[in-house]
Amino acid sequence: MSKTFSIGGIHPNDSKFSKDVSIVDLPVPERVFLPMNQHLGIPAAPVVKKGDTVLVGQVVAEAAGFVSAPIHASVSGTVTDVGLYPDFQGKRVQTVVIETEGDDWLDTIDRTAQVKQEITMVPKDTFQKIQEMGVVGLGGAAFPTYVKLTPIEGMNPEFLIINGSECEPFLTSDYRLMLEHGQELMIGAELMRRVLGTGVTGVIGIEKNKPLAIKAMQKITAGYLQWKVVPLKKRYPQGGEKQLIDAVLGRKVASFALPISTGAIVQNVGTAFAVYEAVQKNKPLVTNVLTVTGSDPKIQYNYRFRIGTPIEDVLKTAGALDAEGNLLPHIAKVVNGGPMMGKAVVNMKAPVVKSTSGLLLLTEKETKRLEPGECIRCAKCFQACPMRLQPYLLYQLALAGRTEELDEYRVFDCIDCGSCLYACPAHLPLLDLIRLAKNTSLKNIRKK
Amino acid sequence: MDKLLVSPAPHIHTKESTKGIMLDVIIALVPAVLVSLYLAGISAFLVLAVSVTGCVLIEHLIAKYLMKKETTVRDLSAVVTGLLLALNLPVSAPWWMVLIGCVVAIGIAKMTFGGLGHNLFNPALVARVFLLVSFPVQMTNWALSNGMFSPENPLIPGFLLGVQGQLPDALSGATPLGLVKEGISLGLTPQALINQEGLTYGKLFLGHMSGSMGEASGVALLIGFVYLLVRKVIKPIIPIAILVTVALFSGILYWVNPAQFADPLFHLLTGGLLIGAFFMATDYVTSPMSPLGMIIFGVGIGVVTVIIRVWGAYPEGMSFAILFMNAWVPLINKIKPFPYQKEVSRG
Ligand code: SF4
Ligand code: SF4
Repeated sequence: MSKTFSIGGIHPNDSKFSKDVSIVDLPVPERVFLPMNQHLGIPAAPVVKKGDTVLVGQVVAEAAGFVSAPIHASVSGTVTDVGLYPDFQGKRVQTVVIETEGDDWLDTIDRTAQVKQEITMVPKDTFQKIQEMGVVGLGGAAFPTYVKLTPIEGMNPEFLIINGSECEPFLTSDYRLMLEHGQELMIGAELMRRVLGTGVTGVIGIEKNKPLAIKAMQKITAGYLQWKVVPLKKRYPQGGEKQLIDAVLGRKVASFALPISTGAIVQNVGTAFAVYEAVQKNKPLVTNVLTVTGSDPKIQYNYRFRIGTPIEDVLKTAGALDAEGNLLPHIAKVVNGGPMMGKAVVNMKAPVVKSTSGLLLLTEKETKRLEPGECIRCAKCFQACPMRLQPYLLYQLALAGRTEELDEYRVFDCIDCGSCLYACPAHLPLLDLIRLAKNTSLKNIRKK
Repeated sequence: MDKLLVSPAPHIHTKESTKGIMLDVIIALVPAVLVSLYLAGISAFLVLAVSVTGCVLIEHLIAKYLMKKETTVRDLSAVVTGLLLALNLPVSAPWWMVLIGCVVAIGIAKMTFGGLGHNLFNPALVARVFLLVSFPVQMTNWALSNGMFSPENPLIPGFLLGVQGQLPDALSGATPLGLVKEGISLGLTPQALINQEGLTYGKLFLGHMSGSMGEASGVALLIGFVYLLVRKVIKPIIPIAILVTVALFSGILYWVNPAQFADPLFHLLTGGLLIGAFFMATDYVTSPMSPLGMIIFGVGIGVVTVIIRVWGAYPEGMSFAILFMNAWVPLINKIKPFPYQKEVSRG
């Protein structure tokens, strides 16, 4: 029996159509949009103004607090605007716009493909570098990476878990990274481990539906004493931070507690790769890898993209747009991220950002919600919930607006994984209401 | 697509539906239905047909004309209720009695509570118990064929009657549990009675019509149960809890005094225990939702069943026991699941 988390979970279809497609570079876009809120926390503060010329890798915005991250130019050219632009959901965000001219990089950046094995930087400088290069968590939450590596009084890191589970259906960018850049991301992971402390054990968790990645990483970790690969049983949401810690270590993170309270820190494989590039290659986070996929066999790719590339440019290269620039007729929805936790794209002019892991193209049939019926009390939502909540009950309490009981039934523990809504045979919009109730509950708790 | 579809995550959904689940339950009941047709032929068919049509029609009429909403019969739950009701009746049940059962099941036990998902008690069982109390003779003294289709009737070709319906002595019989209960009051030991009636366990398990239609064959029910497990429609917790409890409880009684109490295997194979455990107690709407609740529910049913069978006025207790425990479900569902993790702990 291989390991997995102990409560709940679902088994949606894998749909990893693009898993055998190698990562290719997207063309450099004519223009990039760099929003200031590409990380969790305080938005970065722009340090360029209209008319400035920049090189690739040059800082365009500084971190504006402890939980914040700097942003670097991903193309060379002229800053044409610093102002409010709608993001992919239509929300207006402070954005730096750069018109591309050529492709000139800062000469401090090592752009060779050669793998730099040797680690020369001491942990203190590594930590600094990760911060300066704007590395953030690329698993979805985009939490500034250096913050997670900052020691917390009284909490001792024992394990660094690298999340290679990629439990979201469809997405394959992490998988391709493990296959194509396993060595590099291993070095990145080892760099982070050294920052945390030499006594820390490194673990890479990979789901068993990726046997090649398990093999590849096992071969690479053989050269690292403190690292091992833990194969995990395929199950969603294995990549959830709490679930992954439970799966690998059998420890559970309490409500409102930081994962480090269990002695574990989780980083994603993409982040490990970004750390490698930042430290070994002196390259800021200006590119990342995303999957463009869906059930259309002609549109299944893994791309290395310049951060800030408009979504429509990505889709155009992928062949998802017609001659007039409209989406192909069978595509009804574009999801930024995976099908379980990704968000629907409203504005295709908005850019893909640091933490974008994929653009998922769904047909109406695949994504349409069916007419909700009556709750038949089958408990499938309860059985699916990885946080042992009772979604059917939370849903009803939320409908009735019974806030106190919602807290009593721990609505704040919800991790937004979507398993309940996915599993409900009566097609009730469980999470829609639970999400609202949770946000209210968290707001109230923070006020106290 | 000129407009992008926008809705909150998740963006994909299960292929399961209420209708699909009901269809699975119907498929799971097919073996039991086939056995009853094989044993009792046209008599069994009549009960099944009247029950299913009756339940569907009544639900349709009530939904459409009384509640004035979209008809709800498309979810197939009325078909399931109809099948279960039929399987809980003797083949000799006259058509009007079956129809009354439908009215009680759908009209009273299901729709007055608000329809699917809102009923407190298992509709088919409410109907069965209602009929048991109202027509005790027809319900407990099982005839093995319908009066209309007796072997004496020269107009009915033999093959239509089913293998058991053709037997000359097939006209009436008491249920095994009834026999034992009666026998004990006459001073006979259960074992002697069982032997005397030729009720071998093999017969009870493989197929023998000596009670309601659904009790005829343990194997057929087991096949259906396994199908439901494989399709992940139900969890095995409730049935296992019931069977283990009944086996243990009746086993202790048998061990204490075999002269007075029937042995556990007999209890397990008679009186609708299997159909009750596999199909009635696992009804989503009327059973608890958490594993712990399911155990409490199953153990409760097991204990109450044996108590009624051994000390109660009725020879069998399964239906009463399930309904009794149905009433506790809202309370059982109040038990909170253990929180994911309350305190900070370090392994
Ligand atoms: S979204 Fe929340 S309530 Fe629903 S299954 Fe996930 S954690 Fe449970
Ligand atoms: S999964 Fe849907 S139908 Fe089943 S109990 Fe939960 S809310 Fe009700």
